[in-house]
Amino acid sequence: MAQHKVDYASNAGLPIALTTADKLINWGRSNSLWPLTYGLACCAIEMMASGASRYDFDRMGTIFRASPRQADVMILAGTLSKKHAEFARRLYDQMTEPKWVISMGSCANTGGMFNTYATVQGVDRIVPVDIYLPGCAPRPETLQYAMMMLQKKIRKESANMKKNTKQRLV
Amino acid sequence: MRKYTPKDNVQKKSYYTDRFWVAPRVPQMSIEEGSHFADVINALGDRVLDASVQIGQLVVSINHQDNYSVLETLKDVCGYKICTELSAVDYLAQEGKFEIFYQMLNLDEALRVRVVCMIEDGLAIESTVPLFKSANFAEREMYDMFGIYVNNHPFLKRILMPDDWEGHPLLKTYPLEGDEFASWYEVDKIFGKENRDIIGPENRDPSRVDRYDTKRFSRVGHEVDFGADISQGEPETEIEYSKTLLVDYTTGSEKLDQRR
Repeated sequence: MAQHKVDYASNAGLPIALTTADKLINWGRSNSLWPLTYGLACCAIEMMASGASRYDFDRMGTIFRASPRQADVMILAGTLSKKHAEFARRLYDQMTEPKWVISMGSCANTGGMFNTYATVQGVDRIVPVDIYLPGCAPRPETLQYAMMMLQKKIRKESANMKKNTKQRLV
Repeated sequence: MRKYTPKDNVQKKSYYTDRFWVAPRVPQMSIEEGSHFADVINALGDRVLDASVQIGQLVVSINHQDNYSVLETLKDVCGYKICTELSAVDYLAQEGKFEIFYQMLNLDEALRVRVVCMIEDGLAIESTVPLFKSANFAEREMYDMFGIYVNNHPFLKRILMPDDWEGHPLLKTYPLEGDEFASWYEVDKIFGKENRDIIGPENRDPSRVDRYDTKRFSRVGHEVDFGADISQGEPETEIEYSKTLLVDYTTGSEKLDQRR
């Protein structure tokens, strides 16, 4: 038999894998989650540590991108002040669909200990959040776990984002 | 006899208040003859209203109209070449005035002088930016936080709060958690006022537990479906503990751990 011809009878069956488009697309999406290089406060230090060689996000296909146009995930790492809220929202709006948001740390989740006039009391007031990550500040392992949870969530989603995105503000 | 206090609502009051509490005050020492501080007082002349030494620092009280000339004398004559800090203190409730202070540093003598002046609410103070570059940001911050205008400042604009902010947050009358404007600021700015109802008010008490909220609070041993109505009570469910095998290595037998 010629080398280029496929022997369908060998190797225990056909060299064909059957799957759904959803699974294939979500496999691709979940295994190359590119977060935005965007730090707000001390949680950003932990986020940087997660990206650096010791905890090494790259091996999960998670590579920080310096432009919102190339990013899929926004990690809101730290205290979001009211002055900065509109810029965070603008960065979120500049990201291309599909996009996800991780709220990292107590301050991003609820405003944390900054129960003051100048702090946004939870980033879910301005952007839709997929994963809330507790901690002050969360360890890099926790951020990795959040990334893995997000991957799990994406794999369960429909690949058609319109189906699972409710028409809402945040 | 102890003064009678009504006992209703006692839990909302503070547990203990010391009736004999006296706020600690820094001792005010007089200025020694022939010391460097005495020379400073002589150089300032009759612009000094009151002067004392507090914790090794000279504190000079002046009229607010004299602030520029006093700082100029301190800089050119007395060698206080650095203005490390400049801000205000809100005494509006007690005296109807702000206290503006300038913290000066002399590196040759390793000594500091604090120049303080009282200024009525609504009056503007003269800028000291021509003397000290560091006064630029400090005076902007003073304007931002207290609303005190500074005459002849090169660029008097808010420095910490957004430009379209209303109110001056370091005033004693400004609530720590912000006023109506502050609580809706980011929503108004991003989505517009008409979308306030969709976003909802801020939750300022994240530790609040709603007894009947089944969407955000789980109850161990009383699990119910997501969003179920439990105002009429909830059923009890058995708690599932993780299974642990107890191994007896002499006999090699295994049994389930029943201990709780």
